[in-house]
Amino acid sequence: MRTAIAALLCALALSAAAEPPADPLRSTQWPVMAGLLFGEAPVVFDPRVEVLLPPEAEDSMNVPVAVRWGRLPEVRKLIAFVDFNPIPLALEYEPRAAKPFLGFRVRVQQATPIRVAAQTADGVWHVGGGWVDAAGGGCTLPPNLATRVRDEDIGRVHARRWPLEGGGQRLKLRVTHPNDTGLIANMPAFYVESLAVADAQGRELARLATHQPLCESPVLSLELGAEGPLTIDGRDNGGNRIEARVE
Amino acid sequence: MAAGLRYLGACLLGPLALVPALAADFDYRLQPREIAPRTYVVEGVTENFSPANGGNIANSAFIVTGAGVVVIDTGPSLRYGRQLREAIARVSAEPVVAVYNTHHHPDHMLGNEAFEGVPIRALPGTVAGAREQGQDFNANLYRMVGDWMRGTEPRVPDAEVDEGEVVIGGHRLRLLALRGHTAADLAVLDQTTGTLFTGIVFNRRTPATPNAELDAWLASLERLRRLGIRRLVPAAGPVAEGEAAQALIAHNADYLAWLGASLAAAAGRGVDMAEALEAPIPERFADFALLREEYRRSVAHLFPGYERAALGVPPAEPH
Repeated sequence: MRTAIAALLCALALSAAAEPPADPLRSTQWPVMAGLLFGEAPVVFDPRVEVLLPPEAEDSMNVPVAVRWGRLPEVRKLIAFVDFNPIPLALEYEPRAAKPFLGFRVRVQQATPIRVAAQTADGVWHVGGGWVDAAGGGCTLPPNLATRVRDEDIGRVHARRWPLEGGGQRLKLRVTHPNDTGLIANMPAFYVESLAVADAQGRELARLATHQPLCESPVLSLELGAEGPLTIDGRDNGGNRIEARVE
Repeated sequence: MAAGLRYLGACLLGPLALVPALAADFDYRLQPREIAPRTYVVEGVTENFSPANGGNIANSAFIVTGAGVVVIDTGPSLRYGRQLREAIARVSAEPVVAVYNTHHHPDHMLGNEAFEGVPIRALPGTVAGAREQGQDFNANLYRMVGDWMRGTEPRVPDAEVDEGEVVIGGHRLRLLALRGHTAADLAVLDQTTGTLFTGIVFNRRTPATPNAELDAWLASLERLRRLGIRRLVPAAGPVAEGEAAQALIAHNADYLAWLGASLAAAAGRGVDMAEALEAPIPERFADFALLREEYRRSVAHLFPGYERAALGVPPAEPH
């Protein structure tokens, strides 16, 4: 009897966890996103994940997104995703010794919510975001051949550091890369897959897994708790190493 | 007047009747207004493209020269172009003998198709721009204003012109080859009336920057300032007379200089592009409609370039 009740309670708890909370953005894609990205983990919509977005995408291949989560304690991991993109997941971020700020740019295929979810130490995902209207096509438009990244430039990093008031620094980095989504005929997916930032002593400060929705030649803004020169180490899905030292 | 009566009718019929009453007949209600002897402007609204305004957000103008009508810009759609011709015919029996496109943006030239048999004159860079972007602009306008666009196809200008003087009827037209708002911006100065027609000056509407090169735009404004014009027909918004015309040119220059300097400074401080969207805009530009919206679009157009410079990306590297 006891076992039966425990099993029943367990089943109830599971079904409660499996049911994602109602979406304040009313996106029909939200239940699919929640199932795909969070599985059985608890999810809440939380205004402490502050996502900066334009209401309209002027350039569907280059939509700026920034997120702050300073009011949320002990964030272990963040993911950014685009509900209505053919490939929704844009990046995963582990802010090991990083401060609560991240800026990046995505492609959007049509009008869509863009969201960031931050997972706290208790395993709960806290979700913020907003709608971006768009003419679309950002994931499947062929690149402009006149401004196509040259082979010899692929993987080149341009980066700069700025001290933050109250300590630490902001790092902005740009990796020259076509970041092809693989959704255009005869153009295989070819994109920056991982980036890690370390201090001069080799201590890893932040780690990123990046995916196809990031714009061509991705630009990322990070805030780090450490001072001094930094190193960047990453690779693309073709196995090309991406390395730089930021003085 | 007609629009006012229709609106009254809509009110009497109740809110449900409002939308059909405003749009179902696809009538732009173009009202040519005489701003100088035999010189007319047809003013658009200082709004963004929408199904409610049918894309009528730019000014067109025409001069009845005595040797035919000269049209400057043709509006956003085939319907607009046709209705512009009808409006011209209500004012003058002279035939349209020439059309000038000030630049290749869709709200200034998608009415070209209505001027069959009339040469469409434009700078070579405008012809190239229309050829390159005309179809995309056209598709985008169908998306933004809907059925007002029915039947519209971009007609690329077919008569290239350059800097110089043209005499038509009693009017001496000075053509100025400018750039900066787009790669090629034609201004027409009617020396007979002192009226300048230009697509690079905006009145009570924020200058739009999708193809802008700010330094060139500022240099072009400086050229316009030195012309000593009596009257200015802007890309959008009301006509400016006398001192107000000079002040308007200076106000546009002030905004564009501020825009470039503030975006460059932000990129130099390491500001992220999404943060730049929220930057404060000085109060002195509050007279520009759509200020925050156009500023955000400008961030999309211009910030990546300033950012590449701030990060030390060589200008030669494709982006």
